[in-house]
Amino acid sequence: MKEIALHLLDLAENSVSAHAKTVHIDVREDFRTNQLITSVEDDGDGMTEEMVQQVIDPFTTSRTERKVGLGIPLLKESAEACMGGMKITSAPGAGTKVEATFQHSHVDRMPLGDLPSTFLTLTLAHPEIHWVFTYTFNPPYKGSVRCYEFDDQPIKETLDGLPMTHPDVISYLRSSLEDGIAEARK
Amino acid sequence: MPNVKSLEDLKKIRDEALKKRDIKTPGARVQIVVGMGTPGIAAGARDTLKEFLNLIEAKGLTDIVVRQTGNFGLDSMEPVVKIKVGDEAEVTYGKVTPFVANQIMEEHILGGKVVTANVIPAEVK
Repeated sequence: MKEIALHLLDLAENSVSAHAKTVHIDVREDFRTNQLITSVEDDGDGMTEEMVQQVIDPFTTSRTERKVGLGIPLLKESAEACMGGMKITSAPGAGTKVEATFQHSHVDRMPLGDLPSTFLTLTLAHPEIHWVFTYTFNPPYKGSVRCYEFDDQPIKETLDGLPMTHPDVISYLRSSLEDGIAEARK
Repeated sequence: MPNVKSLEDLKKIRDEALKKRDIKTPGARVQIVVGMGTPGIAAGARDTLKEFLNLIEAKGLTDIVVRQTGNFGLDSMEPVVKIKVGDEAEVTYGKVTPFVANQIMEEHILGGKVVTANVIPAEVK
């Protein structure tokens, strides 16, 4: 993966596969603590302790009943290479939360990447899921914490059945996400 | 810096769209499904999907749904995209870069002619 935003897309796809109804994706760029923190939290099926171990390190176990990809191990490795780490909190029936932390200034940290595109594709391509995205920016030196939140529930209510992939709605969503994140970063 | 858009703007878009729309066709004519498993994402599936969205937006197409799904199991062919136009048989494309996405939009979805160079034949699947 070339971007953290692509990892988030990958994690969100796992949430979709786990039958999540609501997915929260949070990204926090904190220049005061020099950290980049991301989390993807869902209310899907959840995993047992054993399954969590397996998704983190699929090659140390011989159990094969569950299809496991390399998205999570790759993210863990990237985070640990940047003085950070990855944590999975999960229980069967209680959803899953995957948090990854990076040292913001680390030379090996992959770029955050195109967050608006990740959010836009998830919202449009999985309209049955309730998506909530937050982007928080804590600037260096001075200025206050700025936060942008995108919740697609009021948008769907307003659309009242008009498809999300209507061209004018795509423009609306794209510019909302792009401008919202850019505004928080200013 | 443009103002961050409000729900009021969205209401206007909705009313405008509903006014123009011939409500006789609730089902979309074209379905685009992009494989968004880990291999697909790593191969650039997000940019492919975004290109389709850009084209829909630029051309003002109202009869297309775009969805994403997990891994199709065709990792070496990623990004993989399935296109279904009306009642025609579904076509599976491989190695769909944004450039190929453009071709598919122009030739297949709008022109009715399958882009043979990128079709994954049935025996591979």
